[in-house]
Amino acid sequence: MTTKLVIGLDGHGSGDRALAYAKRMAKLIGDCELLIVYVIEWSPYSFQTAEENAVRHKRREQEISTATERVINPAVSALSAESINARGVVRHGDVADTLNAICLEEGADQLIVSRSSEGGFAKRLFGSSTANLVMSASVPVTVVG
Amino acid sequence: MTLISRLFLSFIAFAALTPAAYAQDAMSLDQKVNEAFASFTGPFVSLIFAPLPGTSFPWIVMWLVVAATIFTLYFGFVQLRFFSHAISLVKGDYSDPKDAGEVSHFQALATALSGTVGLGNIAGVAVAVGIGGPGATFWMILAGLLGMASKFTECTLGVKYRNEYPDGTVSGGPMYYISKGFKERGLPGGKILAVLFSVFCILGALGGGNMFQANQAHAQISGIVGDYPGWITGIIFAIVVFAVIVGGVKSIARVTEKVVPFMGILYVGAALVILIINFDKIGWAFGQIFDGAFTGLGVAGGFVGALIQGFKRAAFSNEAGVGSAAIAHSAVKTKEPITEGFVSLLEPLIDTVVICTMTALVITISGQLLIDPATSLYMVEGGSIATVDGNSGVALTSAAFGSAISWFPYVLAIAVVLFAFSTMISWSYYGLKAWTYLFGEGKVSEIIFKVIFCIFIVIGAAASLGPVIDFSDAAIFAMAVVNITGLYFLMSIVKKELASYASRLKSGEIRKFSH
Repeated sequence: MTTKLVIGLDGHGSGDRALAYAKRMAKLIGDCELLIVYVIEWSPYSFQTAEENAVRHKRREQEISTATERVINPAVSALSAESINARGVVRHGDVADTLNAICLEEGADQLIVSRSSEGGFAKRLFGSSTANLVMSASVPVTVVG
Repeated sequence: MTLISRLFLSFIAFAALTPAAYAQDAMSLDQKVNEAFASFTGPFVSLIFAPLPGTSFPWIVMWLVVAATIFTLYFGFVQLRFFSHAISLVKGDYSDPKDAGEVSHFQALATALSGTVGLGNIAGVAVAVGIGGPGATFWMILAGLLGMASKFTECTLGVKYRNEYPDGTVSGGPMYYISKGFKERGLPGGKILAVLFSVFCILGALGGGNMFQANQAHAQISGIVGDYPGWITGIIFAIVVFAVIVGGVKSIARVTEKVVPFMGILYVGAALVILIINFDKIGWAFGQIFDGAFTGLGVAGGFVGALIQGFKRAAFSNEAGVGSAAIAHSAVKTKEPITEGFVSLLEPLIDTVVICTMTALVITISGQLLIDPATSLYMVEGGSIATVDGNSGVALTSAAFGSAISWFPYVLAIAVVLFAFSTMISWSYYGLKAWTYLFGEGKVSEIIFKVIFCIFIVIGAAASLGPVIDFSDAAIFAMAVVNITGLYFLMSIVKKELASYASRLKSGEIRKFSH
């Protein structure tokens, strides 16, 4: 049976460490599929102007294509080059909730994320996505330091 | 130099020169603007507010209430039957997680609300209660409850017949559903009605969505810092609005959009605190509202006066049947246009039934409205109820809140300015959509409208409340004349959607997503 690992990337350097770890795991496991996920932080409860709403669909498409080009495609093609079975997904939403939802949807065996790169005041105020994820995840989570 | 920056510079030059040229003659400039404006708009205002033959009842008020009642009956009290479903939709229970990142029901509702919750709720209610007495509140609440059905009808159509362009942007509103819907049903005259609506929408954007806001914002500021010419406030507002809508300074709009909801909550919170402090008077205030609704308690025009004021101000505040909300709601991402109709029916409830009632209760309880001790009736001077300091409009609301919380007028001043500002931004968009419907989309066409919009801010701040409120009402109600005519012809389409949706909801075909 294929082992499915979900890797959450944040577009920063720390994501590369998660990716490198996942690659190592995939090689050790053998029959393994990697799902590279990038979540664009978004809340359905934010306030927007009418003008922003009118162009929202267009912006969403742009955000997805930018994330796919800059984060997902390079990662997937690097993995594919080493003959690792990999594909990518870009979603909008709360990072922790969305990663968890994708794991459940895909029947993933494990979720791999890097330690949050943000720190200081913002982290104290809002908590980090990684911490939220560890507390709420429904599948085993590996946090790469 | 780009066209935008050239226009911006000439606008700044205009703004800088005007005070110098008229400094000595400031008050008379305000008066001149006022007179010219009143004589120009007079005939239009008289036509819209013409009384029904043989009565003093304006036909337009009847038009709105009859429409709201017809929609309520036609859709079988949709505002009651689908109320809890509307709440579930706003919460996102029925939103597909795969559509995350698109405009949500909550966002469409919040955007539309920030266009409607504003001075109508603070100043408009004070005008209603000041002229029609507390009894006007009863009619305002009734109009709000009925208006939920009008809003439901127009917003469903707004989403159903919006234009989706290849680049992914959307445009919607009465001009689109009237022209497309009439064509689909093989009815003649859709295009003419759509054009007429657009013309009135532009006037409404310049009136209620702009001049009334500028006027009352100035009244509130000058009430605190002392009297000074209105055009100064007008020019400052015009520059900031210009920076946002022409200069694309998104940060100002973004800050406003985030602060305004909190101001709304703060306002309702303060009203609740005042009501809790005076809880012993709440029963009495409701008594005044009910008695006044049917007897008038001595106000000019008796109970009919209370009714007219209540209905008028409710319509002005929640804009149900006016068609503006259909423009704001049409950007939502949904496979079922009717879901946006359900969500939008919450708008008159929040705006009128909750927030307007709060204002009316606070004014009534504050004792700002003078009662003749001998007769227990309100003392009427020159058509409106005498108040403690002769205040009317936003100044009356401010005095009412100030009598309980002494520092609240300062908070209210900030709230009024922000509300006025966010309403202007919203209406500049509604007006622009109508403008581009008439004159085509394009940078130059858009800038012409935006510059006109900014000039009207100055006129609105300089003119006195009477002519401004008359014109604002007339323009917004003229939109309702066209929009509701269209809705009558298209409501059967909404009925079909409603029947289909209700049966699929019952059968479980439409169900909640697990989040």
